Amino acid sequence: MKDELYVEAKIENMNMVQDFICDRIKDCSVSIQNQIGLVIDEIFSNIANYAYNPTVGSALIRIAVLDDDITLEFEDDGIPYNPLETEDPDITLDLDERAIGGLGIFLVKDIMDYMEYRHEDNKNILTIRKRFKED
Amino acid sequence: MDVNKTHYEGETIYSLSGKLDTVTAPEFQKELIPEFDAAKSIIVDFTSITFVSSAGLRVLLMGEKTAKVKGASMTLRKVPDDVMEIFKKSGLARIFTIK
Repeated sequence: MKDELYVEAKIENMNMVQDFICDRIKDCSVSIQNQIGLVIDEIFSNIANYAYNPTVGSALIRIAVLDDDITLEFEDDGIPYNPLETEDPDITLDLDERAIGGLGIFLVKDIMDYMEYRHEDNKNILTIRKRFKED
Repeated sequence: MDVNKTHYEGETIYSLSGKLDTVTAPEFQKELIPEFDAAKSIIVDFTSITFVSSAGLRVLLMGEKTAKVKGASMTLRKVPDDVMEIFKKSGLARIFTIK
């Protein structure tokens, strides 16, 4: 997987990350493009907001597009954080009790077909995959 | 994201286009929440929205909570199928008023 983008992990770079990915999945359905856009927003914003807080670090985003799936890898050397261990929010609560915490990763888990987290060489590495076949 | 604001017969209508995401949600929050001080009915038109991430959901939930406190209403209109799917998955489809 050689196609990668190395950026400062800050929200101001979100559009650059989105454009980088978007250019590479233009042949996918609009629905897949929107789902991947949402996933990028959730994961890159998590890195930008929490991985290095209160300082700023970098993030490496890799992409591989094959005939029937897309694989994304996010790497940062911030605070160790395994998003797969995030507790799912209670989506049955009514308006008054409802908070939004944890919803981002919950949606990413739902959209993607495969997610793997590892902590190697002091880096958080999150690998996620989406098959093109529509549900 | 572009936000177009229209006043029509006592209602405020926001027509959104683009992404309601981490970058754009804070701007929309600054626009939407104070509007409940003036308007009793707010309509958010999603016709040209591509996706709504959790940052966008947070603002809409905040809007719904503010509407309740102020005795106002917020209606989400013309929600695309993909966005509706996200509302359903997050359990917000039954909390929001969607037409």
